[in-house]
Amino acid sequence: MTFINYASREINCKIVYYGPGLGGKTTNLQYIYDSTAPQAKGKLISLATETDRTLFFDFLPLDLGTVRGFKTRFHLYTVPGQVFYDASRKLILKGVDGVVFVADSQRERMDANIESLFNLESNLKQHGYTLSKIPYVLQLNKRDLPQVVSADELRAELLRRDEPVYEAVASRGVGVFDTLKAVAKQVLMELRKSSGG
Amino acid sequence: MTTPVVMYEAEYEQLKSAITRLCADANAKFVFLVDKNGQQIAAHGEMLNLDTTSLASLTAGNVAATDGLAHLIGERGFPVLSHEGERDNIHISIVASRVILVVIFDERSSLGLVRLRVKRATGEMNSIFELIDDKISRERELGVSVDSPFAEITEEDIDALFS
Repeated sequence: MTFINYASREINCKIVYYGPGLGGKTTNLQYIYDSTAPQAKGKLISLATETDRTLFFDFLPLDLGTVRGFKTRFHLYTVPGQVFYDASRKLILKGVDGVVFVADSQRERMDANIESLFNLESNLKQHGYTLSKIPYVLQLNKRDLPQVVSADELRAELLRRDEPVYEAVASRGVGVFDTLKAVAKQVLMELRKSSGG
Repeated sequence: MTTPVVMYEAEYEQLKSAITRLCADANAKFVFLVDKNGQQIAAHGEMLNLDTTSLASLTAGNVAATDGLAHLIGERGFPVLSHEGERDNIHISIVASRVILVVIFDERSSLGLVRLRVKRATGEMNSIFELIDDKISRERELGVSVDSPFAEITEEDIDALFS
């Protein structure tokens, strides 16, 4: 839920990266963290297991700059992708302003993508959101690996509406900022709508 | 998308003075308010280099996880959480059902004193949050949206953020 602070002239929005386990959600955040100027970012927090699997969430606060005199901040979160962490995923979606679904392009992860997307739809519903209305971007990650499903086939399976789709190789940063920009843009345009603009 | 949460200047000043007073009365090192989604509202105290943004998001995560635990065992929630460290301790409580009040204190204070002062400050803060709610619903009824800086945002403004 966007937080507008008139006293400190700040606006904060929450973006959640969702998707199957080992799909590259944390890698997206890590790349954004590594390639952002120190004054524009806070600490990247990872609540992970000893084997670096996300346990609760990763969190990265990002200052994008000033819009109309207001400092615009995005709080980026990832969810744990593994199926059995569903209770944690639900908690993290609370108050979300925009969602990025990071799909794994490898053929053997197709079922995991579909399952995770269904899970996203159902968890959003429990918070009173619908995927068709919330700012949303689909990222097709790991395009550099062998055995990937074609982008068209992934679109046919995973597209839910007219959402923007970006092909990505998050480990090398390909498509990472395009994805972030696309979701941030929708969030800010949505704010314009809700303020009667 | 749900309606944005808004904080106005006048109420912000009132909250700020409430937490400043609480910090002094409780002999605390640091007091801050964060909403349940992890957005920091106001802070006061001597821990100048504290990373309050991370603190806010982790506090909200902590409260959300504990609420989840409470629901699993049939409780409505655990309204007070307390963490004891070797030097510093954290006292977490809920204000106005949706805001988290965090007090960090050391051996100059005690859990009993913090609890007592938090209780008093909570009443005061509840009234301030009621004022904010009233203000927002009055404005919505009148159909005037709060003077949002985003009403006239353009695509160029947004593109400029990423340039």
